[in-house]
Amino acid sequence: MSAPAQDRLAHVKLGTYYVVPLAESDDFEGWRDQARRLLMADAPPDRVAWTEPGGSAGDLFTHGDRRLPTPPDDAPQPRVSRRFMDIAKTVILHSDPERFFILYRTLWRLQTRPRLIEDAADGDIRKLADMARAVRRDIHKMRAFLRFRETKDEDGTEHYIAWFEPFHHILRHNAGFFVRRFANMRWSILTPRGALHWDGEVLREGPSATRADAPTGDDAEELWRGYYASIFNPARLKIGAMMKEMPRKYWKNMPEAQMIPELVAGAQAREATMVKAGEIDMGERPETLVAIEKAIHACARCPIGELDNTAVMGEGPRGAPLMIVGEQPGDQEDRQGRPFVGPAGQLLDVHLEKAGIDRATAYVTNTVKHFKFTAKTTQRGKRRIHQSPKAKEIDICRWWVESERAIVRPKLVLALGASAARGMLGKTVSITKARGVAHPLDDGSELWVTAHPSYLLRLDGAAREEQQRLFDADLAAVAKRLSELTDA
Amino acid sequence: MAQKPILDRLKILADAAKYDASCASSGTSKRDSRGGKGIGSTEGMGICHAYAPDGRCISLLKVLMTNHCIFDCHYCINRKSSNVERARFTPQEVADLTIAFYKRNYIEGLFLSSGIVKSSDHTMEQLVEAARILREEHDFRGYIHLKTIPEADPEIIHRAGLYADRVSINVELPTDAGLNRLAPDKNAGQIDGAMGRMGSDITEAVDARKRFRHAPRFAPAGQSTQMIVGADGASDTDIVTRASSLYGRHALRRIYYSAFSPIPDASAVLPLKRPPLIREHRLYQSDWLMRFYGYSPQEVGQAAGADGMLPLDIDPKLAWALKFREEFPVDVNRASREMLLRVPGLGTRAVGQILSARRHRRLRLDDVAKMTVSLTKVRPFLVAADWRPTLLTDRADLKTLIAPPQDRQLELFAA
Repeated sequence: MSAPAQDRLAHVKLGTYYVVPLAESDDFEGWRDQARRLLMADAPPDRVAWTEPGGSAGDLFTHGDRRLPTPPDDAPQPRVSRRFMDIAKTVILHSDPERFFILYRTLWRLQTRPRLIEDAADGDIRKLADMARAVRRDIHKMRAFLRFRETKDEDGTEHYIAWFEPFHHILRHNAGFFVRRFANMRWSILTPRGALHWDGEVLREGPSATRADAPTGDDAEELWRGYYASIFNPARLKIGAMMKEMPRKYWKNMPEAQMIPELVAGAQAREATMVKAGEIDMGERPETLVAIEKAIHACARCPIGELDNTAVMGEGPRGAPLMIVGEQPGDQEDRQGRPFVGPAGQLLDVHLEKAGIDRATAYVTNTVKHFKFTAKTTQRGKRRIHQSPKAKEIDICRWWVESERAIVRPKLVLALGASAARGMLGKTVSITKARGVAHPLDDGSELWVTAHPSYLLRLDGAAREEQQRLFDADLAAVAKRLSELTDA
Repeated sequence: MAQKPILDRLKILADAAKYDASCASSGTSKRDSRGGKGIGSTEGMGICHAYAPDGRCISLLKVLMTNHCIFDCHYCINRKSSNVERARFTPQEVADLTIAFYKRNYIEGLFLSSGIVKSSDHTMEQLVEAARILREEHDFRGYIHLKTIPEADPEIIHRAGLYADRVSINVELPTDAGLNRLAPDKNAGQIDGAMGRMGSDITEAVDARKRFRHAPRFAPAGQSTQMIVGADGASDTDIVTRASSLYGRHALRRIYYSAFSPIPDASAVLPLKRPPLIREHRLYQSDWLMRFYGYSPQEVGQAAGADGMLPLDIDPKLAWALKFREEFPVDVNRASREMLLRVPGLGTRAVGQILSARRHRRLRLDDVAKMTVSLTKVRPFLVAADWRPTLLTDRADLKTLIAPPQDRQLELFAA
């Protein structure tokens, strides 16, 4: 190796390290000015050590040259895209001590490959993009998760103070956001990396603080925790999704986060209660008519079952092709314990006979199993006045009539009146609209709907005649359809 | 009647509001509290101030004015015939609570809805009054979302738009038949009419502000709506079709899907079982496909099965790609943005990066791997400088290769 070549190598090997101290950790202007100067002096990235206040990197380079090289007079002005500068402004705020170095190396490379910045597959570009994303996320999370606590200053003014621990050097960057949002409020943000104080007009910076400098509580926090616990839907626990957006590291300064473990632990129990409240527990579906009869006598799942009355079971042969469903037992039925034996039942019998339907071959029952009434004292003594069951009560009692239907398996169900129709269909229909046609039921059988005979009893004159005619027509249609179904 | 303490009422009325899926606070006009008397700012992007264990963002104070209601909608916890505990706030209380929470940086603003008390007009007046107190008395410049009641007087609804950033009217159920059956007091025509009026009011206000600088703002964050999924028999195709027609006709910003969840004191007409939560997720994915990926509703429909339901085990984009394999593989170095967006596993961001990076190099599979999360999913549908899927794209068991059956995973989602 020739002597001059050896000289050149020695120069490179022992060449100067430039140590570049920055005034602040988020000192973008300082970094930019020094970087420009180093570029113009042709100082390669691995010869430059960047240091920041409080950083440990400084000690390693105590031998480095703090005097920066003077660029030659004819050195060209470095050029760089706006896009790189925008990324650099954000990346400077990152807490990684390497950031200055990677930025300078990228800047160096951009001088010969200006469009490198567009190459998302390049290692440096990716690293910068990742750092910028982490910083933006921290900025955003500070705006989101910082919590103020109210105190009173000596002059009686409300003063809102927050303690927050950012992961990057974002405090100063975020000041504008809090000023714009809380312009007319006195507030302070305390962090381990410095503090901000706003009095409604002027923003001041303060020294780094500790948690002990901040207030420990606020009366509104109880309300906020109450809100947090109530707005959460225990039926859809998605802890992963929560942790992704609100990692545990932020929890310690958020008043609501301390409730998370108990909310999660209690969620399944709460959901079970929610479902339970909706699903009145009817137990196992009974498999025999005898079992149903036994069960309805004990049933008090709606208030009707708690009145002074007796459950009335349906009657008729198992396997009957026709099931006739009424509304609920009346006074007579309740006393005798049999369906359709009172005035309405007698009227029904007359019309069934007219239509050629033998009641003995049908299974006759009610939607609601107990008699709902109010006791009233009249001149003729104490009387029990019929009350229509409410939709909710019908919906609860559906269980029993559906159980009967599952055992009897009729080919055709005739519902008398709106309550019976609701009991079979689960929704309220108008008799006028629903009568005269078959409504398919889920097991392949069909439902026909007509008026309740007690409705006919309440009418007189022409109206009664008209309704009787319609009633007879409905029964005749049922009889015809029934013979088609049983012949098939 | 003695009022319960405010904490108890807040719990009841927040609990009652949790079935509303939306908590968004983004997309409104930019403003802040400098030069005013009060507090509040909006800077385009909304902020989620907390996340609940159900994974949902808490951005707004979302409460009902009252959960008393004269309507009897089967799917709703607050319906007349339900036995839930009732409570109410005054407009002043709602405004004060909003300010107290906002000052402590808990929220971005208010999302106020209500059960119907006395009449639709009266209820709507109450909602508007709370917004008026916030805007006029507190000079509050944060976000306000008002749920509007389609049955109320259009004049009152119009005032809601003057105070609120966003207004919403729920279509409730994807089909009119479902609405008739489960919400007997509501009327599809009325809901549609109110959305239409709101849509044209918004368009007019935008137009007026372009011409007159001081024209009043009107719901600058637009209108949105919500559909309940799984309470009636509507298929995913029904829902997607309905959604696209709503986006088209009423200039909606967002449609929210809320998987019907079992509610206390549920009506017997409803299924007791909730639909899988993943179904709601798939619907959102299909919504995204239509809004950001250039899919038509018909194409989303093609991804669904014969029963009109989107597959639950794979996302709709992958389902579409598996059905239309003749469109693939796509050359990552030459294909158009439109085609790249159809590649399963490539999102809008990855496609943007690919388009930019490929001007500098012929992309290899490794390069693509750096821009996407799931190379397994991408591989069969892409050609790169060093990669050609050859027979892989046409393999009959491709679905199993990319998305091995994972019963556990579905369960985790549902948990």
